[in-house]
Amino acid sequence: MASMVERYGWAVLIGLLITFAIPWFLWGDSRTAFGLPLWLWWHVGWMLLAAVAFRLFARRAWGLWIVESEGETA
Amino acid sequence: MSVPLQLGIVVGYLFVALGVGLAAYRVTERAAEDFYLASRTFGTVVLLFTVFATLLSAFTFFGGPDTAYAFGPEWILVMGLMDGIVFAVLWYVVGYKQWLLGQRHGYITLGELLGDRFGSRAIRALVAGVSLFWLFPYVMLQQIGAGGALAALTDGALPFAGGAALITGFMIVYVVLAGMRGIAWTDTLQGAFMLLMVWTALLWVLAAVDGGVGTINAGLAASNPEFLALGSDFYTPGTMLTFAVSIAFGVAMFPQVNQRFFAAGSEGVLKRSFALWPVLVLLLFVPAFLLGTWARGLGLEANIGAGESILPVILAEYTPPWFAALVVAGAIAAMMSSSDSMLLSGSSYFTRDLYRPLVDDSISERREDRLGRIGVVVFATAALAASVWAEAEAFGAVTVGSVLVEIGDLAFGGFAQLTLPVVVALYWRRTTAAGLAAGIVVPQAVYLAFNFLPETAAGPIVLFSDAYLGWGISIYCMLLGLATTVAVSSVTTPSPDANVDGHFGLRAD
Repeated sequence: MASMVERYGWAVLIGLLITFAIPWFLWGDSRTAFGLPLWLWWHVGWMLLAAVAFRLFARRAWGLWIVESEGETA
Repeated sequence: MSVPLQLGIVVGYLFVALGVGLAAYRVTERAAEDFYLASRTFGTVVLLFTVFATLLSAFTFFGGPDTAYAFGPEWILVMGLMDGIVFAVLWYVVGYKQWLLGQRHGYITLGELLGDRFGSRAIRALVAGVSLFWLFPYVMLQQIGAGGALAALTDGALPFAGGAALITGFMIVYVVLAGMRGIAWTDTLQGAFMLLMVWTALLWVLAAVDGGVGTINAGLAASNPEFLALGSDFYTPGTMLTFAVSIAFGVAMFPQVNQRFFAAGSEGVLKRSFALWPVLVLLLFVPAFLLGTWARGLGLEANIGAGESILPVILAEYTPPWFAALVVAGAIAAMMSSSDSMLLSGSSYFTRDLYRPLVDDSISERREDRLGRIGVVVFATAALAASVWAEAEAFGAVTVGSVLVEIGDLAFGGFAQLTLPVVVALYWRRTTAAGLAAGIVVPQAVYLAFNFLPETAAGPIVLFSDAYLGWGISIYCMLLGLATTVAVSSVTTPSPDANVDGHFGLRAD
């Protein structure tokens, strides 16, 4: 059974992944690195990070909020 | 020289697809579950690519790079948020739950699932009816795109109607024969092919440009310095979020995507594909949209406003004709892989959720299978007729590119209105049939009114505008749908026929 910390932790993590998929703090920034805008590198890194986070979720918490475990209602 | 070559490659591609379809026909059982869902047997690669190829309409190859060419590459971030993250989350929240329910109760369509959940044939028909309402113009869009592409490819030797009819006829034969299994197999081939093409194109251009990316960026800095900076008058935070959220939520309810939630072979397949979404999005959209952006830095010209696309221009400039032809074949493949899946799903919504419950519920598996195939023919032919009519009447002067983006986005927004009420129905026991029905009908009506009625000033506010405070109307309608579902459910009582226990307290597979 997922602990409270895990239940809310995953929701917060997914919320963060959504919130910073667009790097708001680079708004108006036109610096480039290796030929591409910095914000595009952020995108590359963020997508990879999201893939790792989703993989972890699938391994450790799959079924959270959906399947019943020990008397919780789904 | 390059026109026969391009046509040859396109026709060659069609025959390869037909071969795959025939192979699938040989192993297909004559039953609706197999025709529509390949008997729920998809593995990770096939499921991921069939959903992905289905999502990629002509937009990836033409509309997307054109947008990047015209407004800058920020659309990459919209796609990342939309398909890489928000859709992946919906893949879990909507998809996994639907899959579990499909395993338990044998559902084939979303309407069937909800109809059973609420013990209501009206709900079933409503979900199918609303879905078909948006799906039909979207199929037309693909046909208009294909007809236009073939007409452009042959310099008008094959007129628009002829091209659209050719592609539609081919798809009918193909879908009727192959069913879901064949479509998924060709989708997998097409998806892999598209990835390969778009990266090869990007590297090719990079290698062919003297001075590489340095030259390109210098050109950009001179012509469009705003392209490298994040954000612009076009890309405001409200616009980017409106697009990302309403398209991602819309995708989850598109029949051909939603139905694939049922088709996964196992829970492991869903888990693996869930984690691969952001990677696939990264691999495909970054190169496609960079090509459009770079074309701007290289000083290439395409009159987007007059219906030209930038991708063929940059390919013609830096790659050999055979390669450009392969990419055009890839683009037509993308249109077809979206349309064939839409035809199949459209047919299943019609036969299972409208014809069966409302006309004749006693038909055999075999008859339903045949009826499904007839449904494909009817749906495709009607959409073709409407496309040819629309092209002749209305689209003559308007650009194919902008029409693609506009109607496409309207359909996505229309489907997006379904998502939140459906999520409420999936997760909240107290949801009632009346609540869901109101939650579907009200935002649809408002969304349509605000998109199609002329703007009207009513005192200090303007009615029927398509955006308020920088946010698109679809976002407001989605929230309205959520509120309506919850509010109406709270004041109505659930039907005694509702199958609540069958939908909650699920166990993992």
